[in-house]
Amino acid sequence: MSGETHEAVHRHEAPTSFIRKYIFSLDHKVIGIQYIILALAAVLVGMTMSVLMRLKLSWPGTSWSILGTLFPTGAPGGIMNPEFYLSLVTMHGTIMVFFVLTTAPQGGFGNYFLPIQIGAEDMAFPFLNMMSFWVTFVGFIVILAAIFVEGNATIANSALGVALGGASGVTVGPIGGWTGYAPLSAVGVAAGPGQGAGMNLWIVSIAIFCVGSLLGALNFITTLLNMRTKGMTLMRMPLTCWAWFTTAVLALLSFPVLLGGGILLLLDRIVGTSFFIPGGLVFGSSVLTKHTGGSPILWQHLFWFFGHPEVYIAILPGMGATSHILSTFARKPIFGYRAMVFAIFAIGLLGFFVWGHHMFISGMSPYSAMTFSILTLSIGVPSAVKTFNWLGTLWGAKIRFTTPMLFAIGFVSLFVAGGITGLVLGQTSLDLPMHDTYFVPAHFHLVMGVASIFGMFAATYFWFPKMFGRLMNERLGKLHFWITFVGVYCIFVPMHTMGMVGMPRRYAQFTEYRWLDSLHPLVVFVSIAAIITVLTQIVFYFNLVWSIFKGKKVGANPWEATTLEWTTTSPPPHDNFAGVLPVVYRGPYEFAVPGAPNDFVMQTEPDSSKVPVTEGVGGNGHNGRH
Amino acid sequence: MATTVGTRPLTKTGIGGGSKPRGPNGNGAPKTNGHERQFPDIQSSANRYRIGMWVALASILMMFTALSSAYIVRAASANDWQPLKMPRILLLSTALIVISSGTLEAARRKWKDTVKKGHRRWLLLTIALGVGFLVSQLLAWRQLVRQGVYVASNPHSSFFYLLTATHGVHLLGGLAALAYLSLRKRAPQNDQLAVAKSQAGADAVTLYWHFMDFLWLYLFVLLFFVR
Repeated sequence: MSGETHEAVHRHEAPTSFIRKYIFSLDHKVIGIQYIILALAAVLVGMTMSVLMRLKLSWPGTSWSILGTLFPTGAPGGIMNPEFYLSLVTMHGTIMVFFVLTTAPQGGFGNYFLPIQIGAEDMAFPFLNMMSFWVTFVGFIVILAAIFVEGNATIANSALGVALGGASGVTVGPIGGWTGYAPLSAVGVAAGPGQGAGMNLWIVSIAIFCVGSLLGALNFITTLLNMRTKGMTLMRMPLTCWAWFTTAVLALLSFPVLLGGGILLLLDRIVGTSFFIPGGLVFGSSVLTKHTGGSPILWQHLFWFFGHPEVYIAILPGMGATSHILSTFARKPIFGYRAMVFAIFAIGLLGFFVWGHHMFISGMSPYSAMTFSILTLSIGVPSAVKTFNWLGTLWGAKIRFTTPMLFAIGFVSLFVAGGITGLVLGQTSLDLPMHDTYFVPAHFHLVMGVASIFGMFAATYFWFPKMFGRLMNERLGKLHFWITFVGVYCIFVPMHTMGMVGMPRRYAQFTEYRWLDSLHPLVVFVSIAAIITVLTQIVFYFNLVWSIFKGKKVGANPWEATTLEWTTTSPPPHDNFAGVLPVVYRGPYEFAVPGAPNDFVMQTEPDSSKVPVTEGVGGNGHNGRH
Repeated sequence: MATTVGTRPLTKTGIGGGSKPRGPNGNGAPKTNGHERQFPDIQSSANRYRIGMWVALASILMMFTALSSAYIVRAASANDWQPLKMPRILLLSTALIVISSGTLEAARRKWKDTVKKGHRRWLLLTIALGVGFLVSQLLAWRQLVRQGVYVASNPHSSFFYLLTATHGVHLLGGLAALAYLSLRKRAPQNDQLAVAKSQAGADAVTLYWHFMDFLWLYLFVLLFFVR
């Protein structure tokens, strides 16, 4: 080895100061954990908001005195007002989609494990990686600030909201949904409560988030293309890496579009341009005269061109983790590796041509609607390929029912249950009546929300021993799985029924709609299920923290898995492989190989015919004498 | 771009999951166990800068594609579109940035040749042309402001200010990179990794600058010759 290449491997030494080691770290593993912590914090905010929404929906007249104390103007007398509810909808969606479903799967687990799984000592651009996290973190702070600024008098009685352009004081953040549809979002305070400074900060936060995600995506793609270790051909990569790679490509090409749209929206609000605001809008008793000719549909196009790939950004890493974990605990090679790779790519590619199915009710030409519809339904094909291959992997296997395996199987279940209603909503004629009902939240929560989160739960339980050298508690893990699994079905299956009956989404309460009275017991049932499911997550958080200190200590490869991360110590050293990069000789899922001494063969294990027996020590400890 | 040529196994058998039977020589495993030669060789280690730049350009391209489609849709969506008269000084801008691509190319050639000197002169000239371009763009803004044409005046002026500003901000990034290159010392010739890295970095910056050049030509045509 020459001196130069040696330097290339040890590009940066392990830092010693606390700040460089844990705060402004260049180490992809630390950055990954930072992303996961960010997601764990954001999801608490998001879940709390969903519980508040359920309280309002099920018990609209009940006074919650603590809310009255915390939000004297937003929930006067402890009863949430409708604007308060609408801002909860907005912030719940925004925080969950951006700061949970986009950060943990990709920035978190992808950052930690992609370099290790391809045998690299770090990401291609560690500094950009660090920037990517901290930019995203600033985005999170700004979105929290949006809550306080718009909520001004609601939360803290400061002049900040007023100084920044007005605050209605009856909300906890802007109102606009996570999609921020124009012209409501574009007009400013004239449009009513929740349209003041908080909306500006909402847009700024999303724009900042876009930049952070782009830096991350750039890093992922370059790392995967450039830094695979010797022998790690593309078709020997774990499916997780394929999923992270495809996700990064989607992020790279879709976030710039949202960024562009966000800039236009902000200009409409602040500078007074008319990109999205048509002329002659009437708000209350006044007509807007400043704007003319803008196109609100244009915002929808820009938003959904990003928004549809975004849902795949949320779920593809979960698919990757599920494939990886199913194969490991089924002790079988993944069924149809090549087909899985093509299916991931097909889903990613098609994801760019179907955004119009979110806009069927926008009045688009029926011919465009039909095109979008056919393309949308065709995503069913690669999705079915994946599902059948997961089932094929499980078929006839001696399954080890560990907690990560349970969550991975749960992912498959939720993906099918949530995906099947996509076939309903993908058809224009069925979408038109369903679009603004509970059927849509039921569909997307199951498939992009809960399924993605199950993928991340599976990943957490699976990789925890690698990250901390200890197992998470299995008993608590299984308790967590079963209550959550049953709970989410109890929450979202009844929502489909509500949608089919015609219950509109985004309504703060239904007391004035007598024809929906018969659904009220179902609404209460969903709320109780939601509260139980949310409380169960305490078990998960407890397990996570407790296991870091008290979990059962395990060696480098507790699951008897085959990929590169299991060849190094737990947790891995600063440069992942202690100076010697692994060499890869085979595919990622060689379980139950006929004639092999163990039921799994590590990727680093050379063929016995090619290597002198004295040298061939594989990662699983056997010495290569077949 | 091929990044790992020469280090990948040549055969393609044994793909994934062990679902195919492995022959006696299986998997096209490398001849050696790799411990005598570390994988990230010099060239592929440096190549990350070139790959990273291509990837970054893809995302910048997407943003301008989005803004362009907004431009086209907005132009067709209502009859309030009043085309601006092109400020003449934009022709100067265009000339400056086209020339700057040429001077930067000259600098890059000199930089790649480890023996030749004089790359810095060309770099500084490029920076001057880049600054000249930005000044010329600002003058175009001033001309419009004098005529009372502001960002919110009409949709075409909104897009004009927006697109030129966005392009200008990206160009400022390019200027910073050029300044960094011109301040940097040449890598010592005996340090192959440093030489490869600095060449890859110069290539990446040049690529970015050329892209900004073409982007401006495209925006210029879009703004004043399409609609």
